[in-house]
Amino acid sequence: MAIIKDIYALLTGMWITWKHIFRRPVTIQYPEEKRQPYPRYRARIVLTRDPDGGERCVACQLCSAACPVDCISMQSAEGEGGRRYAEWFRINFARCIFCGLCAEACPTLAIQMTPDFEICKRDIMDLLYEKEDLLIDGCGKSPDYNFYRHTGIGVTQPRGNGAGENRPVDVRSLMP
Amino acid sequence: MIYDPIDIALTLAKIALVFFVILTMAAYMVFAERKVLAWVQDRKGPNRVGPFGLLQPLADLIKLLTKEDFRPIGADKWLFYLAPAMAAIPAIMIFAVIPFGAPLTLFGHTVTLQVADLNVGLLLFMALSSIAVYGVALGGWASNSKYALLGSIRGLAQLISYELSMGLSLVPVVMLSRSFRLSDIVNAQSGCWFIVYQPLAFVIFLISIAAECKRIPFDLPEAEGELVAGFHTEYSGMRFGLFFVGEYINIIVLGGLAATFFLGGWHGPWLPPVVWFVGKVLAFAFLFIWVRGTLPRLRYDQLMHFGWKILTPLALVNILVTGWWMVLRG
Repeated sequence: MAIIKDIYALLTGMWITWKHIFRRPVTIQYPEEKRQPYPRYRARIVLTRDPDGGERCVACQLCSAACPVDCISMQSAEGEGGRRYAEWFRINFARCIFCGLCAEACPTLAIQMTPDFEICKRDIMDLLYEKEDLLIDGCGKSPDYNFYRHTGIGVTQPRGNGAGENRPVDVRSLMP
Repeated sequence: MIYDPIDIALTLAKIALVFFVILTMAAYMVFAERKVLAWVQDRKGPNRVGPFGLLQPLADLIKLLTKEDFRPIGADKWLFYLAPAMAAIPAIMIFAVIPFGAPLTLFGHTVTLQVADLNVGLLLFMALSSIAVYGVALGGWASNSKYALLGSIRGLAQLISYELSMGLSLVPVVMLSRSFRLSDIVNAQSGCWFIVYQPLAFVIFLISIAAECKRIPFDLPEAEGELVAGFHTEYSGMRFGLFFVGEYINIIVLGGLAATFFLGGWHGPWLPPVVWFVGKVLAFAFLFIWVRGTLPRLRYDQLMHFGWKILTPLALVNILVTGWWMVLRG
């Protein structure tokens, strides 16, 4: 009989909501209780340093190019020995959508996402983070990585001294 | 008829008490509804104002009182201002005929815990509950807004579908108690509640009062998913508050009437009568909130189909069966 089926369906629904009345709420009372985000959570962006304390960023503009909302801008400069750095580096967190494409694009692992999601400000101009706001003292998620140790461009060490890099070959002495 | 000043004073005191208790209960019904709905949905509900959020109704009241009293262009001024009162006042007037406790003796006077023991109490309830729909219809019509108008049309369509079955479901109650007077109906149930004799009438009445107080699954006149807020779309501030509190007064009053007609009113063992009555009212209120947390909204052709083709014939058959049963029993 259809009506018995319908009444059964109604009572099933009522029983489910009755059970849920006594279930513990899933609400997190935000300012008092805070959820610990996962380490790979994508929130506030930082600029990390290499293990020797130097800036990792080489101002290659790849993050800026990858950014879908164009919130990253910088001016590149060259230090002594040809080492590149950002003269100024600016992230507009009012525009940032925390997609993480900049961190993926970064060849030197300089730009990284952190789990710190509480960056609300009263004034929107306070969300404009300059280089000194972005730069942190540590290495972030890749503690041992130093870009210049792996590349053979000969800026910080002579050519061929990079980690995992072979000595330069003297092509004239290479005999069969 | 000679009026004793003490009698008059006691009646006024009863009126003041009923007003105060009903309005406070209605305010806390809003709070209770938000809490229970939150629990049903695994949330916590309002808990910011006062301990456990208990001062939330007060905060809501302050908010509503300080809001702008807005009237849309082209609205019918007098009807627009009158409609919220027309929705709220009949709801609270119905409570005048409900006996909420056993008669007391104070200062040598017998005090019936009922504001007015009319001999046509049940008919007064039917009349006033129909008048309350005028508030919905006129409020929606006077707002000069298509959503409000659609809401009030649905309110009227709903009225003609449930009112008949509600009235018919109460006929067996009158047949059993042989009176329209609500105190007689309560006294007739001192032995056995009418829900035992009339389970079908009780179910029909329960469905009809869910439609009467415009609750899910019959909240067609306000249908917030479809009509913004239905008939009170254009209302703001305390005028909206009157519509809102009127609905919750309606829940309390109709719960009280369901208790009076089918659950023996204030009759009950061990506990004092007033506690029994309030307990039954709160049980109905909880049932309405629980149903709201569970069921979806009906379309209004479904409601009319249900009212006219199922509830009304069932109520008629129930009256016939009750009549035969009473004749056979003698």
